[in-house]
Amino acid sequence: MRSLFRTIDRSDLRDAVALAAAVGVVGASYGALAAAAGVPPAIAVGMSVLVLAGSSQFLVVAVVAAGGSPVAAVLGGLLLNARHLPFGLAMSAVVADRWPGRLLGAHILIDEVVAFSRARGTGRRARVAYWTSGVLLATFWLVGTIVGLLAGAAVPDPSVFGVDAAFPAALLALVLPGLRRADARRVGLTAAAVALAATPFLPPGLPVLAGLLGLLAAGRDDTAEVAR
Amino acid sequence: MNWPAVLTLAAGTYLLRLAGLVLRGRVAVPARVERYLDLGASALLVALLATAALTEAGGFAGWARPAGVAVGALAAWRRLPFVLVVVLAAATTGVLRYLGVP
Repeated sequence: MRSLFRTIDRSDLRDAVALAAAVGVVGASYGALAAAAGVPPAIAVGMSVLVLAGSSQFLVVAVVAAGGSPVAAVLGGLLLNARHLPFGLAMSAVVADRWPGRLLGAHILIDEVVAFSRARGTGRRARVAYWTSGVLLATFWLVGTIVGLLAGAAVPDPSVFGVDAAFPAALLALVLPGLRRADARRVGLTAAAVALAATPFLPPGLPVLAGLLGLLAAGRDDTAEVAR
Repeated sequence: MNWPAVLTLAAGTYLLRLAGLVLRGRVAVPARVERYLDLGASALLVALLATAALTEAGGFAGWARPAGVAVGALAAWRRLPFVLVVVLAAATTGVLRYLGVP
């Protein structure tokens, strides 16, 4: 594993650190919100280590703040995280070849890590990118959470810095090269349209899953045509 | 929120993550299906970024955020470094909010 990390490309490392820094800022806001909502610090930190899925953790804090039940928070969080299953199906070969790697690598299967790795193909560089960005994001997320809990109300709302625009923009930059394929472009545009149309009507998590309907627009395999 | 709830969410999330990795490793997948799994990940990522860029709590997110994402998109399209894409998107949205754009 140590040799894996030693082979990372310098620019890949710089990009992973940039992504992780943004994750740290959002982690601080999660910690501050959790403190304000009366979530015990140990539980807030426990979620950042054990759940390690930002949107579902924010959902839990929102449910607690609104006086909702833990059952509702858990079910809502699992619905949000259901997309990780298809992500795992797509990423299996990149994450690891054997059991110990899969068991460890599953925990850092994070949206941004998936996008970051996929932007680097499917070979060794993608695997190094997956593990490096995964470990960095998990670490910064935890550190951010602790800083947010300690600083509490002193943490400014991250929307002041526009961090909420940084993540969609980062994902876009990461998926853009893949969208040069005509079939991926058709699927992506349809997925975005379906998810946006479904957002006002479905609970969080389902609109993104509904984006899988974009696969109906896959059509012929253009890459295979070219290869032939 | 209590520890049983946290542990249930953590275990459920971990199993969702592991299930995909393990299922794929166990079953030989024809190339046609493999293409759909690959395109499926693209579909989810684009759906994720589109909803994150434009919506908040089931409604429109306001203009500041999509404008920042658009500047980031332009930067990415012009092949500017990834760090700049992220910083330009955040700075645009931050400045617009400072100027009073929702």
